[in-house]
Amino acid sequence: MSTLPVKREKSNKRKYFMEKLSGKVFLFCALLSVISLLLIIGFVFFKGSKPFIGEGYSIVDFLFGNDWVPSENQFGIFPMIVASIYATIGALIIGVPVGLFTAIFLAEIAPKSIAKIISPAVQLLAGIPSVLYGVFGLAVIVPFLQNQLGLIKGQSLIAVILVLAIMMLPTVVTVAETAIRAVPKSYREGSLALGASQIGTIFKVVVPSAKSGIMTAVVLGMGRAIGETMAVILVAGNSLIIPTSLTDSIRPLTTNIALEMGYAFGTHQEMLFATGIVLFSFILLLNFVLARISSKGGN
Amino acid sequence: MSIVQFVHLGGFQMIDKRKGMVLITLVLTIILFACGKNEEKSGTTNGNAATISISGSTSVGPLAEKLAEKYKEKNNVNIEINQIGSSAGITNAVNGVSEIGMSSRDLKEEEKASLQETVIAYDGIVVVTHPSNHVKNLTITQVKDIFTGKITNWKEVGGDDLEIVVVSREDGSGSRDAFQEIVGYSSGELVRNSIIASGNGNIKTTVATNKHAVGFISFEYIDESINTVSINGVEATAENVLRQKYSLSRPFLFVHKEENLSDEGKKFIDFILSSEGQKIVRETGAIPVKM
Amino acid sequence: MRKLKDLILLGLLWFAAFLTVAVLVTIVGFIFYKGIGLISFDFIFGDYSPSGGGGIWPMVVTTIYTIVISLLIATPIGILAAVYLQEYAKQGRMVRIIRFATESLTGIPSIIYGLFGAVFFVTTLKLGMSIIAASLTLTIIILPVIIRTTEESLKTVPQSYREGSLALGTTKLQTLYKVILPSAMPGILSGIILSMGRIIGESAAIFLTAGTVAAMPESIFSSARTLTVHSYLVTQEAGDIELAAAIGIILIAIILILNFSATWISKKLNKADY
Repeated sequence: MSTLPVKREKSNKRKYFMEKLSGKVFLFCALLSVISLLLIIGFVFFKGSKPFIGEGYSIVDFLFGNDWVPSENQFGIFPMIVASIYATIGALIIGVPVGLFTAIFLAEIAPKSIAKIISPAVQLLAGIPSVLYGVFGLAVIVPFLQNQLGLIKGQSLIAVILVLAIMMLPTVVTVAETAIRAVPKSYREGSLALGASQIGTIFKVVVPSAKSGIMTAVVLGMGRAIGETMAVILVAGNSLIIPTSLTDSIRPLTTNIALEMGYAFGTHQEMLFATGIVLFSFILLLNFVLARISSKGGN
Repeated sequence: MSIVQFVHLGGFQMIDKRKGMVLITLVLTIILFACGKNEEKSGTTNGNAATISISGSTSVGPLAEKLAEKYKEKNNVNIEINQIGSSAGITNAVNGVSEIGMSSRDLKEEEKASLQETVIAYDGIVVVTHPSNHVKNLTITQVKDIFTGKITNWKEVGGDDLEIVVVSREDGSGSRDAFQEIVGYSSGELVRNSIIASGNGNIKTTVATNKHAVGFISFEYIDESINTVSINGVEATAENVLRQKYSLSRPFLFVHKEENLSDEGKKFIDFILSSEGQKIVRETGAIPVKM
Repeated sequence: MRKLKDLILLGLLWFAAFLTVAVLVTIVGFIFYKGIGLISFDFIFGDYSPSGGGGIWPMVVTTIYTIVISLLIATPIGILAAVYLQEYAKQGRMVRIIRFATESLTGIPSIIYGLFGAVFFVTTLKLGMSIIAASLTLTIIILPVIIRTTEESLKTVPQSYREGSLALGTTKLQTLYKVILPSAMPGILSGIILSMGRIIGESAAIFLTAGTVAAMPESIFSSARTLTVHSYLVTQEAGDIELAAAIGIILIAIILILNFSATWISKKLNKADY
């Protein structure tokens, strides 16, 4: 007699069940990124800490040792840490001012018609495989340094810095330009009304207001520079020395991993994972800084 | 049906409890479906042919690829060649990851214990310089002094007044192991600011574009872009290697574990050692086992 | 005095912009100049030959495999994860943790992904150096991109849509699938296309997980090389800049097409009404 209410109740139950179930499925999917991160950290740290826990290698010797001779069980990555830091800072010194000024130009100075062409083109270049920047570096920058500037070898710190600076340009320009464009028009109008020049307004009002966005651009560019691998292998020279001049060839952390991973096994391989941990720590530090910046910007 | 279409069709409305379970595995099914389909598609070229997996030396690699190319023309078999370096290739053969490992250096004692080796060819290593370099001959001691940083200028060995830039292979490379063993220095002694290049081709291009540079490459890679240097007055040629006059030579090995070698793998090795295979060896610039 | 300073700064701005454009034009120009001579039908669709002169078809196929497989896995997971974060989760600790994880994944350099893929998918899961191992590694790389873009586009769906639909007595799920996701589709699609670009450009992670076998992949369990890895290896091993540049042209062309289709799709879908 009363089959209908029963049926409806059943279908309602089903509905509730589906609601609950789908919520769980969605949660699981979202948690997958947490799981992935934990797996990555777990595996890389597990592999990379083995030599120090089980095999009696000293972390201090690893971090501050100058000799990396895997076939003789010497694993010191200090030259690579220094190389990574030098290369990244050098790339920032060149890439950030040029990128930032380009961003200001595109957002504030350039006629609309020009900005409309250049901005998307620059964005597009952010998508070009980094290997191609390396190919360009090897075929153009390295010979240039050798032949025109008379260096004894073109594979050098300065070559790495130039390639990385070029590579980070699209990222820095795009992010900084967005940040500058987001500054409210009223700021500019207010400043101009007070008698400030256009350039004065840009540098005293607009850029400071876009500070957190610009910092994000810098940090992202930095992340790209410190993590780049394949383009760098081609132009770094991969020498195992602490660079003392721009013309020394260098081996950054990333390069060390990619160069030797194929050959490595046993302790050598674990030491490459340990190299990965050091690199990873740098990146986490950067992420932390980025998070601080964006939370400050939010206030 | 793609997930996008699925969403558009509002498919979830009709799903009942039992089918709800299907929903959980929806993602999984899509993945499996995709995998199965991809496999089907790709399986068309060579049916269910056996695969011989080979990995190891980047010096042996190009030769092995050419041998495999010829071999596959007549035999229904897949040959997968990964050029990852001698040491890694030997390890793979020991672990059974690869059926055959390629090595361009002699096996160490502990490796000999578990592996069978077959010499498929010999190879010479040649010291190379920029084409403009006048130095045409070096003694083995001079080579050692250059690579360990005792000689730092070309004028010390009769060349122009130019600083020497040493280019070496990376640690773990069979060519580097063999070269260092014959010349007589260890990895720790290698001059620190040497450029490390990860492959014969890379050394060749680095040396070919830098008038300061000196490096070493396998005979196979010799061409007119670089200048070859004689050792102790003996020219780097295949004949001199076979007559044992030229000292910088080493065997190209195929190594395998007895129990891991398949019939197909054995046939491939037999093919390499046949006169047809050895002809290909000669054509690629390596030195045949028998002349 | 101030005027002079302004003038110098203005000059610097022009100069910087000119420099950026000049450098980038030079790079693209260089790649086209060096590589265009090799581009032909046979080059793209010809089989690879170790003796030289062959085509790049096996690498094109490998690249397509990695794109298709990693998107098939990452897209549903990424979209559902974004739906959870935007539509289901109460903003609290859980969401903060998930967000932090996603952001951290974005910042990890690809060589670290490569290391992880090499030890987890290749060794621990015993997939070997293979297309599938590389694709799974790539899945994790693009997951944050898809989650991020989907979240952004879910945010743009007006609250009134949800309220209207729910007021009609639909369940949350029905609202989601019939109202919210379709409205967010343009953003989701451009996220997918962005991910494709990321996959195509990836080299270090694939290098360590898929290996370098230069042959037509037999199945997704074979080791193979993608276009980008190929362009790296021909530069590194053979020093063949022309070949590397020719592959570069193909890569740039693919990325251009992807970008234009992203713009086109989102325009098209924005116009369409639901």
